[in-house]
Amino acid sequence: MNFDLTDEQKAIQSLARDFAQNEVKPRAEEMDREEAFPYDLVAKMAELGFMGLPFPEEYGGAGGDTVSYALAVMEIARADASTAITMAAHVSLGATPFYLFGTEEQKQKYLVPLAQGKKLWGFGLTEPNAGSDAGNVQTKAALRDGKWTINGTKAFITNSGTDISGGTTITAVTGTRGDGKPEISNLIVPQETPGFTRSKKYRKMGWRASDTRELSFMDATVPEDHVLGPRGEGYRQFLTILDGGRISVAALSIGLALGAYDEALAYSKERHAFGRPISKFQAISFKLVDMLTEIEHAKLMMLRAAWEKDQGRDYVQAASFAKLFAGELSHRVVNEALQIHGGYGFMDEYPISRMYRDQKINEIGEGTNEVQRLVLARLMGL
Amino acid sequence: MKIVVTVKLVPDPNSEKKIDPNTKRLVRTGVETVLNPYDEYALEAALQLKERAGGDATVTVFTMGPEALKETLRKALAMGADEAVMLADAALEGSDVSATSYAMAQALKKTGFDLLIVGGLTDDGSTGAVPGALAEYLGVPCITNARKAEVTGGALQVERETDSGYQTVRGPLPALLTTALTFGEPRYASLKGIMGAKKKPIAILTLSDLGLDRPVGTDGSKTQLVNFAPPPVRGKGKTIEVADATAGAHAIFDFLKEKKLV
Repeated sequence: MNFDLTDEQKAIQSLARDFAQNEVKPRAEEMDREEAFPYDLVAKMAELGFMGLPFPEEYGGAGGDTVSYALAVMEIARADASTAITMAAHVSLGATPFYLFGTEEQKQKYLVPLAQGKKLWGFGLTEPNAGSDAGNVQTKAALRDGKWTINGTKAFITNSGTDISGGTTITAVTGTRGDGKPEISNLIVPQETPGFTRSKKYRKMGWRASDTRELSFMDATVPEDHVLGPRGEGYRQFLTILDGGRISVAALSIGLALGAYDEALAYSKERHAFGRPISKFQAISFKLVDMLTEIEHAKLMMLRAAWEKDQGRDYVQAASFAKLFAGELSHRVVNEALQIHGGYGFMDEYPISRMYRDQKINEIGEGTNEVQRLVLARLMGL
Repeated sequence: MKIVVTVKLVPDPNSEKKIDPNTKRLVRTGVETVLNPYDEYALEAALQLKERAGGDATVTVFTMGPEALKETLRKALAMGADEAVMLADAALEGSDVSATSYAMAQALKKTGFDLLIVGGLTDDGSTGAVPGALAEYLGVPCITNARKAEVTGGALQVERETDSGYQTVRGPLPALLTTALTFGEPRYASLKGIMGAKKKPIAILTLSDLGLDRPVGTDGSKTQLVNFAPPPVRGKGKTIEVADATAGAHAIFDFLKEKKLV
């Protein structure tokens, strides 16, 4: 058994760390306060190749593997969760569906500019009344005169309304299957589609510098060929996309936990009480030890899932374990890291207060803790 | 135009440096090895000059060091250098400035260059003497502390940074140039660069490839390291008890005045 990263994986992690610490971290507080989408950072990340990290070079990507991708997301989340979700949602929800399921023509047309980071793309699955019950899609698309006419609403869609968003891929009921159940397909909806509108940005507790909107489709029409891959494959496609997304959210969670640990460690060495740094008190040092122990644990689970995926093996269970554990771990770590800061942790000028707000979504997005347990219970044959 | 950049592989400057009391050398094991930070500025200068020259301009990174560290050079290749050459030989161990520069010069004569760019200082040895010695052994002009450089019509024009202003200096190629930190922040290696770096060649030279006419290593070094001690631990600060803020301000002023700082 070999736990060594390859030289390439180490180089990518170190590039992501340098970039995140030097360029992203100094901006995180202001971006959060102003709810400012970091167009310039996204452009720099595109130039360095992060926005297409795991896609082959022939599609405009960097040709990296899932392990490198997970490490890069982790390092960026360590500096700023908003920037990390912008990258992770773009790669694993925006671009990946085209890579996995698109026709060659769709790959050339959509994946290439996305992998190059010239455009962002959303993935519209969740609806106001279909979250954990994602199969209960209410958005409908009817084929008339060679066009899909779409009606419905999508909720909480990341990267859907920036100045560089090219469109969103949405799940919609496109008919009725032979067994009487709804037929679900993924439809490609470019930004300029008539009848397709985006709400203002949601006002959020965390991930405030990321772009999240509600999407409305009122007789929105796209050409018939705007089905992603084969018609009727939408359900299977989105389940596969969510499986990969779990590695991303595990990486986001571990990165945030590491960032919180970094802050708590530094603070505990600076802050003096009763004549010595508080890190010298067992009550504090044990907290820090427990935090790092759990982070290491989660990191191994995440890397294992990413590695299984790179080997072309079934990684679904490993990814669900990693996502569930890392999401909940980020809660424990951020909470203790803030506790170490005492009253200052409650003040906005300390990064830990932002991290505390950024944490909660890790237990909700890409499958809630409860849905992860449901998925795992099924995988375990329960 | 062939640009060669010398780089040194040094212990991570952010790590705690330790000195081996027996060898009196810096402990290089157990810490990450990185490109000497000053050399990254030299590499940035080389890449900028290559981009401006276009055509068939190339950048070669050159280092002298143990072969076990050769993968550290991939970062330079990922940043955009085209190839790397490493002079690695156990007999080089313990070389002082003169022996190091002599051995490097012989290897660089073999490699060939139009422009040799050298970082001003290394983070570990910090002698700052290698660039001058290299130029002497190579018999090429040495222009130091450049903030800007331009190659036109086979000549090198350089803006040098000095304490009192900037000098513009012109010289023929081949030449040796050292860079100031104002030349430009080193770029990030892109992911494409990282993926491409593994395919770029790293050539290894040994002393038998060079045919030296004087010894190198400890035997070939005229200077010897006599002692190597860590900097003294800073003592406790001075605490002055004062009655109020005004008295405090006066106390600070008196202290600074006593030290001739105001």
